[in-house]
Amino acid sequence: MNDSNTSLISIKDLVFHRGEQIIFDGTNIEIPKGKITAIMGPSGTGKTTLLRLLGGQLPPLSGSIHIDGQDVGRFSRKQWYLLRRRMGMLFQSGALLTDMNVFDNVAFPLRENTALNERMIRHLVLMKLQAVGLRGARTLMPAELSGGMARRVALARAIALDPMMIMYDEPFTGQDPISMGVLVKLIRSLNDTLHLTSIIVSHDIHETLAIADYIYILSQGKVVGEGTPENLQKNPSQWVQQFIHGMPDGPVHFDYPAVEYYQDVFSFEKTP
Amino acid sequence: MILQQLIILGKASRAWLERLGRAYILFAYMVWGIPSIFRRFHLFIQQVYFLGVFSFLLILIAGFFVGMVMGFQGYHTLAKFGAESSLGVVVALSIVRELGPVITALLFAGRAGSALTAEIGLMKVTEQLASMEMMAVDPVKQVLVPRLLAGIFVLPLLAAIFSAVGILGGEFVGVAVLGVDSGAYWSQMQSSVDIYNDILNGIVKSIFFGLITTWIAVFEGYDTVPTSEGVSRATTRTVVYSALSVLALDFILTALMFGEH
Repeated sequence: MNDSNTSLISIKDLVFHRGEQIIFDGTNIEIPKGKITAIMGPSGTGKTTLLRLLGGQLPPLSGSIHIDGQDVGRFSRKQWYLLRRRMGMLFQSGALLTDMNVFDNVAFPLRENTALNERMIRHLVLMKLQAVGLRGARTLMPAELSGGMARRVALARAIALDPMMIMYDEPFTGQDPISMGVLVKLIRSLNDTLHLTSIIVSHDIHETLAIADYIYILSQGKVVGEGTPENLQKNPSQWVQQFIHGMPDGPVHFDYPAVEYYQDVFSFEKTP
Repeated sequence: MILQQLIILGKASRAWLERLGRAYILFAYMVWGIPSIFRRFHLFIQQVYFLGVFSFLLILIAGFFVGMVMGFQGYHTLAKFGAESSLGVVVALSIVRELGPVITALLFAGRAGSALTAEIGLMKVTEQLASMEMMAVDPVKQVLVPRLLAGIFVLPLLAAIFSAVGILGGEFVGVAVLGVDSGAYWSQMQSSVDIYNDILNGIVKSIFFGLITTWIAVFEGYDTVPTSEGVSRATTRTVVYSALSVLALDFILTALMFGEH
């Protein structure tokens, strides 16, 4: 994935620390245009942090990020706000504004960022809600929605401004099988019909392998495996195999580092 | 041992100074964002309603009780010198100059300030602020600025209501219960209370109190650690810091306004 002509996002030598903890340590990632790219890895590997770096909510320590040909490293606040109009993001919780109903939530980015009249906004909102199958739920408040419905409303809101790309933060977590199926179908169909570029951050192997065109697996600040889902299944790395097949023990140990079990149990020191 | 204590103290002071710095930066950014309120005027009106109307009953009841207590206390002190007829002046001046703005600000911090912090803090916890940013909407302009301006606008009004009801409470106790002459109560008040020195100074004080309590409340909410414990701590800090800042600022403003010989 080194063809920068077909890449929408190009991340080079990214370094990011949180306090003492190293999150990214010279990471390189290319996100191809028009495809669904998944970023996977165990919890705490900085997947969500990567989305925040791409959205300009966190600045990288060093390295470069190019989005749609622009180096965003030196972007001013104003430039970020302009770029964000072309980005959609689906947060893990949906992050709907709780004081507005479904209709107003989807209308919110349109009302704030465009000069369209209410009639036009109504048309657009109903179109977006129809796309996620929730046109009939437009008068409900966020508290009245199930988790899956809230995420679909958030998806309608994320595509309200017809973005060039959309970022999904753990879209499948905590979903029942039906909602999960609906989300998988929606992510694929929206990506293809709206000619979007999608980035999915997830650790749900099964769903992600089914939907992604290209996958990066991250661990300890580095890319440890990448490829199409088929190629990744054949990846010789033990680490990648452990992750993909969800094996409890392997290069990532089941046991947290400790002294020998026998020694620990029979020692007479009154330590916890 | 001592060195370790010093290191801990140094780290704590630095963290505190950093927070103070962030509070000032946020304030400067909010001031810069004030013109955006003309586009979102309905949000300002909404916040005036939430902060003002919902605090109204509390202020009304508190003002009446404080006025009644002033009536009793003032009467007994003045009666020793045979000056009961000056009760109106004592009640009016102490309420309009001091008790009105200060107690209203303390109650406002407890009632509205804590609610603001919890609301903004929870918006941060539930990623609503981050989602606004990603929708190219600045949460400072959308959420913080309308609340700050509403706080500054509402507090003087609440303080005025507190003072008016307090004076009526003083009259109820002084005139109806203790038998002070109603004409003396009102006429002495009218001749001694000055619109600039007393009433205007009280209003200026409450504008400052509105600014500081709302600023603390929105900053604590915006700067909260996004966990349930973080929101609970931020809410407590809002009430404590607001109360202390109001009392300290009251001393400074009083010294500036009435400090000359």
